[in-house]
This record gives sequence, structure tokens and C-alpha cells, in this order.
Amino acid sequence: MSQTIAMTVNGRAASITVDDPQMPLLYVLRNDLGVTGPHYGCGLAQCGACTVHIDGQAVRSCSVPASAAAGRQVVTLEGLGAPERPHPVQAAFIAEQAVQCGYCTNGMIMESAAFLARTPRPTEAQVKEALANNICRCGTHPRVVAAVMRAARG
Amino acid sequence: MDQITMDRRSLLGAALLVAFTAGPRAAQAWTEKPVATDRVESFLALDAQGNVTVFIGKVDLGTGVRTGFMQIAAEELDVPLGRVRVIEGDTALTPDQGPTYGSLSIQNAGVQLRAAAATARRELLTRAATRFGAQPGALRVEEGAVVAPDGRRATFAELLGTGRLELAVDANAPIKPPEARRVVGRTVPRVDIPDKVFGRFEYVHDFKLPNMLHGRPVRPPAMGAVAEAVDEASIRHIPGVVRVVHRGAFVGVVAETEWAAVRAAKDLRVRWSDWAGLPDQARLWEHVKATPVAQVQVTSDRGNAAQAIASAPRKLQASYDFGINSHASMGPSCAVANFEGGRLTTWSASQATHNLRKQLAMMLAMPVEQVRCIYLEGAGCYGRNGHEDAAADAALLAQAVGRPVRVQWMRADEHGWDPKGPPHLVELRAGLDAQGNLTGWEAEAWIPKGAGGNVDLTAAELGGLPRENQIHPGNIIHNLAQPYAFPAVKTVCHRLDTTPFRPSWISTPGRMQNTYASEAFLDEVAAAAGKDPVQFRLSMLPREETRGREVLERVARLANWQTRPSPQADRTGEVLRGRGVTFCKYELVRTYVAAVAEVEVNRRTGVIRVTRFLCSHDCGQIINPDGVRSQIEGNIIHTLSRTFKEEMTFDRKAVTSLDWASYQVITFPEVPEIVIDLVDRPAERPWGAGEPAAAVVPSAVSNAVFDATGIRLRSVPFTPAKFRAALSAS
Repeated sequence: MSQTIAMTVNGRAASITVDDPQMPLLYVLRNDLGVTGPHYGCGLAQCGACTVHIDGQAVRSCSVPASAAAGRQVVTLEGLGAPERPHPVQAAFIAEQAVQCGYCTNGMIMESAAFLARTPRPTEAQVKEALANNICRCGTHPRVVAAVMRAARG
Repeated sequence: MDQITMDRRSLLGAALLVAFTAGPRAAQAWTEKPVATDRVESFLALDAQGNVTVFIGKVDLGTGVRTGFMQIAAEELDVPLGRVRVIEGDTALTPDQGPTYGSLSIQNAGVQLRAAAATARRELLTRAATRFGAQPGALRVEEGAVVAPDGRRATFAELLGTGRLELAVDANAPIKPPEARRVVGRTVPRVDIPDKVFGRFEYVHDFKLPNMLHGRPVRPPAMGAVAEAVDEASIRHIPGVVRVVHRGAFVGVVAETEWAAVRAAKDLRVRWSDWAGLPDQARLWEHVKATPVAQVQVTSDRGNAAQAIASAPRKLQASYDFGINSHASMGPSCAVANFEGGRLTTWSASQATHNLRKQLAMMLAMPVEQVRCIYLEGAGCYGRNGHEDAAADAALLAQAVGRPVRVQWMRADEHGWDPKGPPHLVELRAGLDAQGNLTGWEAEAWIPKGAGGNVDLTAAELGGLPRENQIHPGNIIHNLAQPYAFPAVKTVCHRLDTTPFRPSWISTPGRMQNTYASEAFLDEVAAAAGKDPVQFRLSMLPREETRGREVLERVARLANWQTRPSPQADRTGEVLRGRGVTFCKYELVRTYVAAVAEVEVNRRTGVIRVTRFLCSHDCGQIINPDGVRSQIEGNIIHTLSRTFKEEMTFDRKAVTSLDWASYQVITFPEVPEIVIDLVDRPAERPWGAGEPAAAVVPSAVSNAVFDATGIRLRSVPFTPAKFRAALSAS
């Protein structure tokens, strides 16, 4: 049974008709709206590659039904900042070269940005705990931590 | 991708060094551009605007090597870095420089590119000398132009004119001396990172074609099962399903939308035959030892090691094992395939597009000239993972439906069906004389046969389609032979005829496992001799191994290494601290690495924490120092993950570790401080960086745990349970 879902994505109103309202938000973003910053990693909310913000909270869009985003503010990596006005975490990731393949980077940045919004002056240990459920396979961890600490210093 | 496509078209269209038809990529003539590795025009195009396009057969798997190639071209041609573009891994456009593996991209492909650029530079200087009536040696090159002593300038484009420049690569064309280099040897920020940070980078997962459908494979629940019946009615309720494809054990679904394909693959009812042909995991090492041996390879044999050990007053022996690993890439394998005019084009993150092309042609019984494979970056891969298999899945499905098909595996497909790092078992023996000198060394490894090669495509295997039907675990025999001057040594590889899972190479294949077993056992010998582990190694390194000695000495200084035998004396507390060293001369012919691991071991819980990992690294000439650091960090962390956590599990039918809960990997709180010491040798040739740093990790940890506790860990992964078991057995 198709259903139309209205939400705001990166500040713009979006209206999507879906066959299955249980389809995860990730598929709406990537396929219907062409917003490919969030990545499919596991579909199980285990790795973090698909993280977006819904009303300011970091959530795993692979495991949130599209219908749950109805009427809400969704921000993705593309909406967090841009080269001309980068979010401090994005600027710090570039400064620290905290990326290898970059497939996890979306989740690292989105999770960190939400974390810093509620913990502006974290310790390194707090950063590591905040990212403990985000997986990276290339081994960028020390640079990611350095980038988040750099963003926190402002 | 649109942007990159446009760039490619405009660059290629304007190319002066190479003249071939521009046009939509999939449709243009595929073989007009030269791709032979001995031709300059295969590697380089210079256009009228002063842009340089590099065509390179090795691909950037997330390592940053693309930026390194740009540095090499910019340096030798004296053009600004921003004027250099790179096209990678496209069988129609790039030379076949072999698969991107073995930390060989800079060492081999970068050196080939450098020779091509140096040859082009020399030609440009020769032409300018004629034009200016000057000696080539009096000219200088700057910003894409040749400048005469009197200030006259000629751009590369002017010097090339409209003619086609055809040049053989001269491997001896003079390269810039170290003191003249301005780009190479300096840290350059990676060109891909801004787009990755702003969500603008196009991965293969993001690539789309008009009219494209979505496919998903439906893999058997038992690895050898065959699909006896497929109930297409079982997915009729899902809107948008286009086709179910069924050939033998290959089953796949195709749908208009990705979510419909996901649902269809999940809901499709298939009657699979019974199969339970895997060994019992609890008895894996018995299975390995009982596997028929296809070949016995002696990798070193000096003196009479068996006799030296037999006649020694003290004898040691030990067995080291390293379990089965998955690549477990962050992003499941993905590819797009399209048939058009009888030709097949695939877009994938294959590390070996030229080989994939041959494999797809074989599987589909097509002439290889009718297949083109284009690389697009995917999630990092650490060897041959599932990307080629996803391309084969996509090709079979696209052929069936006559439209472009994108396939992306689900997480369970990736963990369950990527090729595996095979089980690796090493037994070692050594003899010591009365003075604690090592008299003889023997090592035997039980590892699958084969080397690098084309890992069979899963779709071909399941579908009963043509394939090579060989196993290729990577070049896994190296580093069992030793860099040390042992009085007598024999190292033997028993190459097994089969291995339970389709093998392939994962980061530092075999070289890491052999280094682990050898360097941990060497530590056992040092402890038995009552000698300091660093001094013991130094005493046995040949005098001429100055670079090897240097990394060992440097890492010891860096770690403030206290000279004493292991284990440390006070082992009474609950939390004990220790340090362990490892040395590796990679494949005995290149990069030198020495490492020190510092650990804290909780004797009660068995939890081992690496607090600091230090590494001295000599890969000869360094192209991008921060790039090398990043690769070393990554390889150390990835291998710590494998050392402590990663172990594929299986029952008699299939892999059972199908997600990140059952196949655990290292997490942020577990990552130690990493200290890297780079030895730069700008006058030497560049060797590989990355894999060599992985080789030293498990043994450095095993040695540190022994130093802390007196307990020797010989079975990877080093889990708390294994430590507690070893402690209670001691």
C-alpha cells in the first residue's frame, strides 16, 4: 500500500511516495532523494555508516522506517556543512586527514557532531566511548579522535 | 560521477599525446588508446590547457595512493599538482600493471609512471632545445613550460604541436635528483578527502545508469547446496519485482527499486538441497594437518638444521596458528553491469579490473575485447574481497534482463561469501647450545597451495559456468625463511590441496602469519637463552643488514627499551605490564619494519590492552610522508583487530559469523596510541608501505604478553578466554 511521507531533508521540504512505509529511511535518502552521504553498511544499526540526524539526534537510517521521519527534520552529511561553510567537525577531518576509504566517515562525522552538540568539551576517553559503536576497518581511529578533539577546541 | 565523467571526456577529447575518439564512455571505441606498459602515451596525456592526465593500472582502494601518483607526475613534469588528474583501473584506458595488492602500487606502478613522465620530460626538453637553439641542460621546466636561459618560454602544448607524440618508456630516463624535488617527499593533503567529508564523493555504491534495475543474489544456506526449486509466487506480492534468475546454485532477483530487491531476496522461497561438507571448526587444525599435500616447498635450507637441533643440549618446539578471517569491508560489495551492443561494461571497486575482464569473458563465453571493466572506489578492501563477485552477479542478472543492473550485497552476503583468509598453521623447532646460542632452526607451515591469481567468481562457481577452478590464497610463503644468520635453517611449506573456504589474500597474506610465528618463536628462544630480545635479534642479523639494524635500534630507543631478558621479574599483581619487539624484512627483499608493543594484561579477566604501539619503518624513498604514516597506522590497527578479535565461525554448512556482533572487530576504546618513526631515504628506490607494518603486529603483542606474564600466546585471536586457559595450564 503506497503512502506519501513528508519530511524536511537538509532544510528542504521533501515528499516521497513509498510502496512500503517500513522501507528504511536510508533508501529514501539514497535512492529517492539522491542524498548519498549516508552509506549502507550493515542494515542492522551495528556499524554507523548510515548515520543521519533526525531533529538533532544521531540515528541509524538503515534501521529507521521512512514513516518514522514523517514531519521531522533530517540532516545528512551534505546538509551538515559544505566546503564554503564547513561544520567544525568536517573542517577538522580534513585538517587531520582523518579519512582513508571514507565509507565510515559519514557516520564518524554525524555521530561526532551530535556528540559535540551535547558534550562541547569532551575528554579523549569520552570521544572514544561516543564512537565505540562506529566501525572503521581502515584504521583511521587515532585521526578521527584527533579530529573530534580539534573540532571541540574550535 | 557526472563531474568526473565530464572531466574525463574533456580531458580525453583534448589530449594531444594520445589521439583517440572521445564520447560516452561505455560506447566509445575501447581499444584505440594505447595501454601497453612500455609506452609513454599509455600513462600520460597532456592537453592544450596544460593539464596532465595520468592513466594508471593500480587503483586507490582508500589508501591515498592516487595522491601519490599525482605527486610523482607533477614532480617529473614540473606541473602544479592541481593540473594533474588520474584515471585508474579502466581496462579501455589504463595499462595493466597487475592487481592492486602487495603494497606494490608506488613500488612498481609509481616507478613505471615516473619513468614515463621522465621520458616525456626529456623529449619536451629536446624539442625545446631545438626550438631555442640551446642545450637541453641549459633549459629549465616550470609550471608546464620549458624556459630558455634568455627567458623565452614554450608550453608543453606548444612543443607538442598538433602531432601525435609516440614514445617508448625509457626506464633509464633521468629522474629528478632528491635536492631538486618540490612535490615528492613532502606531505600533500589527499585529494579525495574533502569530497568524502562533505558527502560529495561518488563511490561505486552511488553510481547509477539510466534505466538501471537493482539486483540481489540469494545465496544458498549451505555452501554446497543446489537450488532444486524456486517458488516465484512467493515474491509476487512485492511490487516492482522484474525477474528471478536461477542457474544451478546461483539464484538472484531483479527489481525496479533497491528495496523491492532487498525484500524479494529475503522472501523468495527456494528449496535447497542438503549439504554439510565443512569440517568441524572445533577440530580445524586437525583438519588442516590431515588435508592432502599438493606440493612441498622448501623456502630456505642452509646447513643441516635437523641434525643441529637433534644434537643441541636444549631443544624448543612450538606450534602457532592463525584462524580464518573475513575481509569484512565496511561497505558490502557492489557493482553495476550493462550490456549494450553485445558488449559488457562493469563498474566495480575491483582491485584487478584487467583480470576481472578476463574472468567475466570466460564466465559468459564472450570475447575479452567485448568486456570493459571500470574501477570506481568502494569501501576499503584489504585484498581480493567480494567486489569482483558482485560484478559477476550483476553481469549475470543484467544479461538476463537486458537492462543495466546494480547489485549490492547485504551484510550477511559479505561476511558469509567474501573469500577468506585461510587457516595458517606453523610448527617450529630450534636448538640452543650450552652458551645459549641458537644452533638450528626449522619451521614448517601448513597452508593452501596457489599464489596470486584470479580468485574464481562465486556466480560462476554456483552457476556451473566456466571458471579457472583453481585456488589462489595470495603469495603466502614469504617470511617463513629468515633474515637472520642462523647457523642452520630449514623452512618448508606444505601446500595443501584444499582449504575449507574459497581463499584469497587479506592484508599481508601469509607474510604476516609467518612473521608472527617466527618472531614469537624467536622470542621463546631468546627467553630460553636468557637474552634480551632486541640484542638477541641484533646479534643474529648479518653485518651487512645495516638498514635492518637501524630500524631495530631506532624503535628500541623510541620505546626507551630496557635491556633485559623476558619475562619481567615481578609477576605477582593482577595487572601486569610488558613489552615485546618484532623485526621484519618484508619478503626478505624490501621494506624494513621494527615494532614494539606495550601491553597491560589483567591476569584475572584475561583482558589484554595494548597501551602503545611503536614502529620504525624504512620503505626507502617516501613519496607522501603523511600518506605513509596513515598506511602504517591503518595496517597496525587492522592487524590488532585481527590479532585480538577477528575469527570467522562456521558450522558444517556455512559461515555463522554473519554480522558485526558475531564477527567482532576493534573498537575505538581498544585502539592504542601509535608512534611512528619514518626513515626516509630519498636517494633510494621507493618500496611498499602498508602491508609490511601489518606483518609485525601479532608477534609483537604475543611477545609483550609473555614479557608481562610469562604466558605465551600461540593461537590468534588472543582472546581473554585463551589467555585464562593458558594461565591455568601454566
